[in-house]
Amino acid sequence: MSVAFWLIAALTVAGALAAVLLKNLVHCALAVTAAFLGLALMFLELDAQFAGFAQILVYIGAVAILVVFAILLTRGSETPEKEIGVFSRTWLAGLIVAAAVFAVLGWAVLQSAAGLPHEAAVPAVSVQQIGQALMGQYVLPLEIVALLLTAATIGAVIVAMHEKGDAQ
Amino acid sequence: MLWLIPALPIVAAGIAALLKQPRRKTAASLAIGSMLGSLFVSLVAFVYVVAGSAHGGVVRETYNFTWIQTGAAQVDLGWVLDPLSAVMMLMVSFVGLLIFIYSLGYMAEDENFTRFFCFLSLFAGAMLGVVISNSLLLLFMCWELVGLTSYLLIGFWYQKPSAAAAAKKAFLTTRVGDVFFLLGIVWLFSQTGTLLFYNGGAGSMEPLNLLWLAANPSGWGLTAAGAIGLLIFAGAAGKSGQLPLHVWLPDAMEGPTPVSALIHAATMVAAGVYLIAHVYPLMHAGMPAGGTTIALQVVTWVGASTAVFAALIAVAQNDIKRILAYSTVSQLGYMMAGLGMGGVAVGMFHLITHAFFKALLFMGAGSVIHGCHEEQDIRRMGGLKSDMPTTFLTYAIGMLALCGFPLFFSGFWSKDGILEAATHWDISKGPFYMLAFGALLTAFYMTRQVSYVFFGNWRGHGHAHESPAVMTRPLAVLAFFAIALGAIGTPAWPWFRGFIEGRAVEVDWAGFAEPGLMTLMLVSSTIVLLGLGLGVWIYGSKTVKADAPDALEKAIPPVWTVLQNKFYVDELYDATVIAFYAWWAKVADWLDRRVWGGAVAGVIWLFGGGAQLSRLTDVYWVNGGFDKGCEELTNSGGLLSRVQSGKVQTYLRLLALAVVVLAAILIWSSRG
Amino acid sequence: MTPLGGYLLVAALLFAIGLAGALTRRNAILVLIGIELMLNAANLNLIAFWRFSPHPEALTGMMFAIFSIAVAAAEAAVGLGLVISIYRHARTTDLDKMNRMKG
Repeated sequence: MSVAFWLIAALTVAGALAAVLLKNLVHCALAVTAAFLGLALMFLELDAQFAGFAQILVYIGAVAILVVFAILLTRGSETPEKEIGVFSRTWLAGLIVAAAVFAVLGWAVLQSAAGLPHEAAVPAVSVQQIGQALMGQYVLPLEIVALLLTAATIGAVIVAMHEKGDAQ
Repeated sequence: MLWLIPALPIVAAGIAALLKQPRRKTAASLAIGSMLGSLFVSLVAFVYVVAGSAHGGVVRETYNFTWIQTGAAQVDLGWVLDPLSAVMMLMVSFVGLLIFIYSLGYMAEDENFTRFFCFLSLFAGAMLGVVISNSLLLLFMCWELVGLTSYLLIGFWYQKPSAAAAAKKAFLTTRVGDVFFLLGIVWLFSQTGTLLFYNGGAGSMEPLNLLWLAANPSGWGLTAAGAIGLLIFAGAAGKSGQLPLHVWLPDAMEGPTPVSALIHAATMVAAGVYLIAHVYPLMHAGMPAGGTTIALQVVTWVGASTAVFAALIAVAQNDIKRILAYSTVSQLGYMMAGLGMGGVAVGMFHLITHAFFKALLFMGAGSVIHGCHEEQDIRRMGGLKSDMPTTFLTYAIGMLALCGFPLFFSGFWSKDGILEAATHWDISKGPFYMLAFGALLTAFYMTRQVSYVFFGNWRGHGHAHESPAVMTRPLAVLAFFAIALGAIGTPAWPWFRGFIEGRAVEVDWAGFAEPGLMTLMLVSSTIVLLGLGLGVWIYGSKTVKADAPDALEKAIPPVWTVLQNKFYVDELYDATVIAFYAWWAKVADWLDRRVWGGAVAGVIWLFGGGAQLSRLTDVYWVNGGFDKGCEELTNSGGLLSRVQSGKVQTYLRLLALAVVVLAAILIWSSRG
Repeated sequence: MTPLGGYLLVAALLFAIGLAGALTRRNAILVLIGIELMLNAANLNLIAFWRFSPHPEALTGMMFAIFSIAVAAAEAAVGLGLVISIYRHARTTDLDKMNRMKG
C-alpha cells in the first residue's frame, strides 16, 4: 500500500464526505467533482488508464455539469428554512442503515482477506485492445448502450420540456 | 255399557261447573236427567242379572282393561256386573234421584243452587263408580272422589266457620282410614299381582289367589288375607263411621239436609259396608269349618260396639239431625256386625232397607226444618202432626221401620236377619246382647224424638207450614219402599239372599218353621215394643216447656251429661292426636325454616357469589383481555402503517436494510 | 491488508457514504449525487478486481466499468430531468414534503 494510494483515498473520501455533509448545494456539487477526480486517479493507479480518462470525461465533464445545471434550475424554491435544516427529520435511521451496509461489506472484505491475491502482474492493456474488444466481443452491449443513451437523451428532453407548456 | 252409569252424572257435573251461576233450571235438569239415565241403565242391568240368575248360578260379567303396563307387572281397571253391584247401583241411583228431586224444593231459596247440583252430580257419579268398579284401584280412586265431594258438600255453606271446620274434620278423619286402605291395596298387589276382583279366575277375589293369600302367614297369627282384610276394613271404618273414626259423622250435619240424606244415610257411609261386602271372600278366606277368621271377628266386634255406643249418645241429643246422625252410625255398626256374622246377604239387606228409611227420615227432618223456618232444635218444635200431616205420616213410617216394628216394616226383617246370624254365631253371644240392647235404645230414642217433634205443644216461633209437593212426594215414595222392601227378605221368601248368593228361591212358608226363628222374632218384637213403651211413658204427649231440662236428665244427671257430650271422644282426640299433630307441625316448620331454609339460602348465596365472580371475571379478564388485545392490534397496525410514509428515502432505507440482511446471510452461509 | 483489500474497503466506504447521503439529505439532487457516488464505488470495485484477477487480458472488468460509466451518465441525465420536472410541479425539491406515494 503505497503512500499514493493513501493520499488518493483520503482525497476521494474527503470529497465524498464533503459532498454529503455540506449545506450549500453548489459546494456539494464541487465536492463530488473532487471525489470523481480522486476516483479517476485511483483508476490510473490501478493501471486502468482508459477507465480513468473515461471517468474524467464523462463524470466530471458531463455529470457534474448536469448536476450544477439542475441545482441552478431548481434553486429558486430553495429558500432553506433555517430551522428545518438540510438533513431529513429521520436522518439517524438512514445513517444507521448506511453504517450497517458498510459493516457488512467491511466484514465480508476482512473475512476473505486471506483469500485475496497479494501481488499480480501489471496488465499490459492498450487502447487498441480495448477498441478491438468493444467492436468484437462486446459489440452487442455497445450498440445497446448507444440505444440506451439515445433513449435517455430523448427522454430527458421530453421530461424536462413537457412541463414548459403548463409552467407558463 | 256399564260405564254410562257413573259417567252420566259426572258429565252433568262437568257441564254444570262451567255454567254461569243463575242457570238454575239447566243445572237441575242436567243433574236429574243424568240420574234418570243412570237409573234406567241400572234397571236394565238389574233385570239382566235377575234373568240370568233365575236359573241358578251367580251371574258375573266383567269388563277389564289394562291401564298401566310396567314390564312384567300391569295395573288393570274394570267394572263388574254381578248381583251385589246390580242391587247397589239400583239403590244408589233410585234414592239419589229421589233426593235430587227433593233438593229442587229444599234448595230453592239458596243462591248457590247451581253449585249444589253440580256437586251433587259429581258425588253421584263418584259413588256409582265405587259401586261398579272391578278393580280395587278404580274403587279407591272413586272412593277418594266421594270423599272430596263429601267435603265440598258438607262445607257447602262455607261462610259458616262451623261448616268449614266440619268439612275439614270429615276429610281428615276419613283420610286416616284411607291410609290403611291404601296400605292394604299395596300389600294385596304385591302378594297377588292383581287388583282386579274378578278376572276370569285370576282376580284377587277368586279362589286361586285366595288360597295363596290364606296360606300365607304374615304376623300376629294373621294370614296375609286376614291382614289385608283388616287394613281394608280400617278404610271402611273411616268412611262408615265405625267406632274410633266416627267423630266426623255428627258434625257433618252442618251440610244441607239433602246432603245428609244422600251422603250420610244412604250412599257414602254405605260405601264402607259395600267395600267389605265386595272383599268378603278375602276376609272369609281360610275360614276353618264352623269357626270364623280373625278379620271377620274384628269386624263383628267393632260393629257391635259402634251400634251400642252411638245409640247411647243418640239418646241425649237435642238436634234433630244429630239424633239421626248417631242413629246412622249405630245402624252402620249393625251392618258391619251383620257382615261379620252372617255374610254378604245379611249385611247388604240391612244396608238396602236402611238406605230407604234413613233417607226418608232425613228428608222428613229436612221438611220439618224447612217448615219450622230453619229451626233444628227439637226442644223448640212440637205438635207438628197437625200442621205437617204428610211429613208426619211418612216420618212415622220411617221411624217404625228403623225401630224394626214387627212384621210390616222392612227394618224388622233386615234387623232380624242380623240378630238371627248373631244367635248362630258360635264364638260368643256378646254381639247378640249388644245388638239387642241397641235395638232397645233405637226404639227409645226414636220415640223420644218423635214425641218432641210431632206431639205435645208448639214451642217454636212463628207458624209451621207443610212443605211443598216437590218435597213431600219423594217422601211418600220412600215410605212405600220402606214397607215394601221387607217382602224380599222374609224367611218365607228369602229372595234377596238367594239373589246375592246365586240361588233360585221360591216362596216357602215353611221357612218360618225353622227352629228358633219364631222365638227370635218374638224376642225382637218384645224388645222393640218395650223400647217404644218406655219412650211413650217418659216423654209421651206431655206439654213441655222449651227450655226445661229433659226428663231423663232430671233423673240421672251425670249419665245424661256424659251421653250428651258424646262420651267426650272429641275432647280426647283433641288432647292427644290433635295436640301431637300441632307439636309435630311446629317441629316440621322449624326444620323447614331453619334447616332447609338455611341450606337453600346457603346455596343461593353460593350461586350468587359464583355469579358475581363470573361477572367480575368476564368484565375484567375477558373483556379487558379482549380490549387490550384489540388495542395492541390497532397500535401495531398504526405502527406498521408508518412504514408506508410515501417518502422515497424511507423505501430506500428499507431496501438497503434488506440488502444488508441478504448479504449477511450469504456471507454467513458461505463461511460455514 | 492486501492492496486489493484496501481498494475494496475504500470502495465500501465510498458506497456507504454515498448511501448515507442518499438516505439522509432532504434535497432530491443530493440523493442523485449520492447515487452517483455509489455507482462510482461499484466501478472502483470492478476495476480493483480486474486488476488483481488471474487473466486481466480478457478485459472483462474494464469493459464492465466502462459500460457502467456510460449507463450512469444516461441515468443521471434522466434523473435530473425528472427532478426538474417535479420541481415545476411541487415548487420544492424537499423530499420530506413529497409523500404522495403514501397509500
